[in-house]
Amino acid sequence: MDAAVRELSYAQAIQEAMALAMEADDRVFLMGEDIGVYGGAFQVTGDLVERFGTDRVMDTPISELGGAGVAVGAAVTGMRPIFEFQFSDFATLGMEQIVNQAAKMRFMLGGEVSVPLVMRFPAGSGTGAAAQHSQSLEAWLGHVPGLKVIQPATPHDAKGMLLAAVADPDPVMIFEHKLLYKMKGPVPEGHYTVPIGKAEICRAGRDLTVVATSIMVHKALEAAETLAGEGIDIEVVDLRTIRPMDKQTVIDSVMKTSKLLCVYEAVKTLGIGAEVSAMIAESEAFDYLDAPIVRLGGAETPIPYNPDLEKATVPQVPDIVAAARDLAKGVR
Amino acid sequence: MATARKAISPEQTNQPFAYRQYSPEQLRDVLYKMYLIRRFEEGAEDSYMRGLIHGTMHLSIGQEASAVGICTPLNEDDQITSTHRGHGHCIAKGADVKRMFAEFFGKTTGYCKGRGGSMHIADVAKGNLGANGIVAGGIPIAVGAALSAKRMKTGKVVVSFFGDGANNEGAFHEALNMASIWKLPVIFVCENNGYGMSTSTERSTAVKNIADRAAAYSMPGVIVDGNNFSEVAEASHIAAERARAGEGPTLIESKTYRYRGHSKSDRNRYRTKEEIEDWMSNRDPIMLFETELKEFGIIDDKGIEAVREAVKQEIAAGIEFAKVSPAPELGDLGRYVYTEVA
Repeated sequence: MDAAVRELSYAQAIQEAMALAMEADDRVFLMGEDIGVYGGAFQVTGDLVERFGTDRVMDTPISELGGAGVAVGAAVTGMRPIFEFQFSDFATLGMEQIVNQAAKMRFMLGGEVSVPLVMRFPAGSGTGAAAQHSQSLEAWLGHVPGLKVIQPATPHDAKGMLLAAVADPDPVMIFEHKLLYKMKGPVPEGHYTVPIGKAEICRAGRDLTVVATSIMVHKALEAAETLAGEGIDIEVVDLRTIRPMDKQTVIDSVMKTSKLLCVYEAVKTLGIGAEVSAMIAESEAFDYLDAPIVRLGGAETPIPYNPDLEKATVPQVPDIVAAARDLAKGVR
Repeated sequence: MATARKAISPEQTNQPFAYRQYSPEQLRDVLYKMYLIRRFEEGAEDSYMRGLIHGTMHLSIGQEASAVGICTPLNEDDQITSTHRGHGHCIAKGADVKRMFAEFFGKTTGYCKGRGGSMHIADVAKGNLGANGIVAGGIPIAVGAALSAKRMKTGKVVVSFFGDGANNEGAFHEALNMASIWKLPVIFVCENNGYGMSTSTERSTAVKNIADRAAAYSMPGVIVDGNNFSEVAEASHIAAERARAGEGPTLIESKTYRYRGHSKSDRNRYRTKEEIEDWMSNRDPIMLFETELKEFGIIDDKGIEAVREAVKQEIAAGIEFAKVSPAPELGDLGRYVYTEVA
């Protein structure tokens, strides 16, 4: 019998996954700034401290570098920490431990250890928090062999991928768009996993492939509805994992539609869109392309405070509609 | 070694700690280990000069009493994190020099299967979680290992070795603070050899003693002569007992000196020949320990000669093992990046 499915918010789905992981395995614990009685800056841990106590829902001092290092050390010696960065921007303070230690420790030691570490990063713009609290830095970490980097877009995937991340023997970095936290969607009860490294076709279509990540999946789906009214049929691929990337799903989709649009919130240059585009250009799908590949990414600027400027910094639904329409009609 | 203790008779109580705590056989083993570290590093240096080892290395010759003194009171399953100058720590924690040489030679029989080299030497089975190429990189990791020990109630103690240079890194301060607020079983060991690369502690560090910084994190700060085995071992013993009793961390500053340069590129322009000569002639840790052992009748010249000869043979066998060991297959380049799932 299928587990009962309820509507949960993205934040509730993550919280439920963390609670299930802690119930199932004593080694799992949470670390982060103000995740205890405060409930986390975005209320993702919520009241978990009441259920699991302060040893397993551990508030840390404001010490991102040291805290990340403690998580690495705990992971390598038998625990299964889930470490929350209060904002993904603060990864910049913990980068040494993430990039030099967590990612490389197994390799440097010739496979003698594993680092079963999960790190969560509330990311993205749209909250008016300006340039130091709104970035999308997932491609930075996606550049580092040894890490796995995921961006679940739905409550269903947020829960299933977090449970997959906790079970994974290697460090998994989860980028959660802050505007998704309140979004609701169907989430099965109980334990299930959504595999890391698998993209999903969340809307099948014949005219154009849109490869999107995180919140851009929802914007692409909205754009697809608008364009369906114009007779343009878009296929939307939710990449879900950026390292290791599910190349085959993207290749197969592009071979079917012959056109590719990449949509992501991070700064456009040297980003995920560049990687997906190059991957297609190197693949058997290249010969199937009927038009140049198009990327829609963030502007080449820090995220501004003013709400209109902020919106203009990242792709919005009308931008996707316009780009997809032009590409489908061969204007480009 | 920590478990085997001698009964203390009243006439022995004026002796230094090590001579009350350890049997003559254990003390001769300590001498053996100190020689093994020195000859290992001389052997590694020689192999480097001959082009058998590439890259670079950071030698701890002159710091042997510090490494062995800290590790002697530890149990086999206690853990350490180490530094770029970590060969001595690795040997002191029980590593086999054969597999260390093999690692330096880049061979599959090395501790890291040729992927780590000198700067990432580790021996996880003996509790060495690894040297580190990042100054202070291992300090928060040690705190994390101590958190595991506390949560899983393993009774383990974790030692984090680092140099004087690390005490000005943010990671040092963040790690000490967390270890203290959570009362974790960790011992912070600063091996102060006077210079972070070329910059002296006088020029780099606002406090006179690095141990003074312990006060800021409400933990004991202990200064020891890092070239005196017994003094170092006593401080480590006390800190380990405190940690195991759940009373939290200790910061030990072990004042010592490295004879060689920072790494193989060092032109030694920041210190005088006289200074180096003074440490080598008057404060050499092995020489001081030998003198004490002879004074207490634990070893004679013949016994010392036998130790040196045995070490020489172990080193020669280690280098030979490394030379004849197989190199990694190029096709295995991608291994160990991720855990292979069967």
